[in-house]
Amino acid sequence: MKVIKIDKKDWAGGLERSRNTYKLIGPVKEKDKDISSFKPLGKDMLPDLDVMATSVSPKSIVFPQEEVMLTYTTDESKEDCNLFKSHDKDYSPRAVIGIRPFDAAAFLLVKKNFDTPDYRDPYWCDAYEACTFIGLAINNPDSLDFSPSTKTGPFDTSGLDVLLVETEDSYLAQVVTEKGEAYLNAAGWENEAGNGVDKQIGDMKKAAETKITSSISYDKIKSKEILDLYNADFWDQASFACINCGTCTYVCPTCWCFDIQDETRGKKGIRTKAWDSCMFPLFTIHTTGHNPRGTKLQRVRQRFMHKLKYFMDKYDDGIMCVGCGRCIRSCPVNIDIRSICETMNNYEPAK
Amino acid sequence: MENPYLPYPVRIDDIQIATEDKSLKTFKFVFLNEEDEENFSYNAGQFAEVSIPGKGEIPIGIASSPVEKGFVMFTVFRAGAVTSHLHNMKVGDVMGIRGPLGNWYPWEMLEGKNILIVGGGFAFTTLRSSIIYMLDPANRSKFGNIDVVYGARTPGMLLYKDELVEWEKRDDINMHLTIDSPAEGWDYNVGFTPPVTELKAPKGDADTFAIVCGPPIMIKFTLPVLEKLGYSHDHIIMSLENRMKCGIGMCGRCNIGKELVCKDGPVFTLAELNKTPKEY
Ligand SMILES: Cc1cc2nc3c(=O)[nH]c(=O)nc-3n(C[C@H](O)[C@H](O)[C@H](O)COP(=O)(O)OP(=O)(O)OC[C@H]3O[C@@H](n4cnc5c(N)ncnc54)[C@H](O)[C@@H]3O)c2cc1C
Ligand code: SF4
Ligand code: SF4
Ligand code: FES
Repeated sequence: MKVIKIDKKDWAGGLERSRNTYKLIGPVKEKDKDISSFKPLGKDMLPDLDVMATSVSPKSIVFPQEEVMLTYTTDESKEDCNLFKSHDKDYSPRAVIGIRPFDAAAFLLVKKNFDTPDYRDPYWCDAYEACTFIGLAINNPDSLDFSPSTKTGPFDTSGLDVLLVETEDSYLAQVVTEKGEAYLNAAGWENEAGNGVDKQIGDMKKAAETKITSSISYDKIKSKEILDLYNADFWDQASFACINCGTCTYVCPTCWCFDIQDETRGKKGIRTKAWDSCMFPLFTIHTTGHNPRGTKLQRVRQRFMHKLKYFMDKYDDGIMCVGCGRCIRSCPVNIDIRSICETMNNYEPAK
Repeated sequence: MENPYLPYPVRIDDIQIATEDKSLKTFKFVFLNEEDEENFSYNAGQFAEVSIPGKGEIPIGIASSPVEKGFVMFTVFRAGAVTSHLHNMKVGDVMGIRGPLGNWYPWEMLEGKNILIVGGGFAFTTLRSSIIYMLDPANRSKFGNIDVVYGARTPGMLLYKDELVEWEKRDDINMHLTIDSPAEGWDYNVGFTPPVTELKAPKGDADTFAIVCGPPIMIKFTLPVLEKLGYSHDHIIMSLENRMKCGIGMCGRCNIGKELVCKDGPVFTLAELNKTPKEY
């Protein structure tokens, strides 16, 4: 694979040059707070590359917390009164700088939901296609990172166009796709790294992977029956402490559930798509008041069954989790997907 | 590819009060753009998202039949925000519909078979669509015997009364209408749907399928009756109603296990439902 060496002295300059062609998005730390997220990088802003996993995942880049899908007017004097229109959006090229490999891999999982043989969600897909992902390898994984056991990892390139590997004085930019190459050209970074760079990256990758101690195993879940796991006796215990705050689903890069709502101001209106959560009772309540997932146990079970069993059975491609550790870090009552997965993996129904 | 969230513009062409308590109305819509009607071609058993600017969208079963051209029809119960608003709309008003959505009754598999339809209350909409479809001269010969058990509280709560009366007179469909308690001028069955099904419905066998739609309580008592009559679980076909938003399998709220009711359903056999969590 082609590797370009970017001198750190030319980092800011290259980003600036690329702005002629791309909007830039990257990790940004809130001032004086321990919160970080992906944001558009305004003029002179640089991505905070020392942020490991942003507090909130970068899913909002293609799946904003709230976005306008359609517009309408209820003004009867207008010819287009009560007609819905697609909301025009800017899908010009954007480069996501410093996204971590597991977060980029998450987009590939979520794409299965929004880009299907039957329907294509144009909002998600168009935004996704507008992105060039310039990822940053994780040299020093934190203690909650279990990404290698979810088929990604600290140097995984599966969701990336370029993988940057940080060394003391440079970024080694591994070119993964043509899209990635085009970005590097636009930034004016073209010095190929010398011999031995592949080994250097390979060694750094190994070193990073050996630092990861956390893991998850789901090898035995596939062969279990949905209803056996669903009716298992451990859900009471597993869901006991949960306060249904929904934080786990909001911070997660692979959670994709959403709501659709109309908002009218005066005579102008918008139909929006906004993040929702299977943790909320309103998510499934019928108009009659009947609620198929009316209890906390049912909702917690839904979250884990969806991620670790339904997704696996439906797509036959692993679990709906990339091992970023965010839900574990941000859960106020320390519910841990790793231990629940283990319980599921080891569960044997009573004969 | 087109935007699956963008409704087709339609105009309300007709509104009829469907039940004596006025809690149900039947709406006929025509497409503002002729080509949209073609794009909306559907099968009996599918549903659509009925879309009112500023109010929202609701999933409603398509009550018109694929063999009826020039309009689409829905019968809507006044339940909450969107349905109440719809009930107050007038002929000529413009709104949207999105679809057709979901799967349908398995018409190809049902060819050459006897069909038993069991309906209760106002869940008769897609069953009407199905009956009209099967009775169409081009289709009638594709099916064996057709039996319909349909029950409501009172005669005035039965949907599509003119058509029911017409079907009663035909000899290529066996109607078994019933109401909960005797009423003046009512010459048909009296009693709840499940016991009437037990008395009047044909026995189940390899060549006979039952399609069942109704309120949960009716379903609950009808299934054992069908079992007793010899219907196996893969010969009992049902349609689910879960809370929905997107209707295209993306928003994540309508699932029962790995199945999304809006896309993999709403039509399932009882055999299929037996394998999924009962989250409906
Ligand atoms: C496949 C299918 C077929 C159906 N067919 C028929 C039919 O033929 N005839 C019929 O009468 N009914 C049918 N229904 C039922 C019908 O969809 C509901 O009665 C209808 O959605 C009620 O809508 P409402 O706005 O009146 O009720 P409400 O309870 O007021 O609201 C439901 C809608 O309002 C919004 N909303 C309200 N509360 C909340 C909240 N707390 N959080 C988020 N959003 C909220 C949402 O947009 C939601 O869709 C069918 C349902 C399904 C799934
Ligand atoms: S973050 Fe923890 S407490 Fe909150 S909904 Fe998720 S599992 Fe429950
Ligand atoms: S489930 Fe938790 S660990 Fe897995 S991707 Fe989501 S937030 Fe990360
Ligand atoms: S209604 Fe959105 S997934 Fe079924």
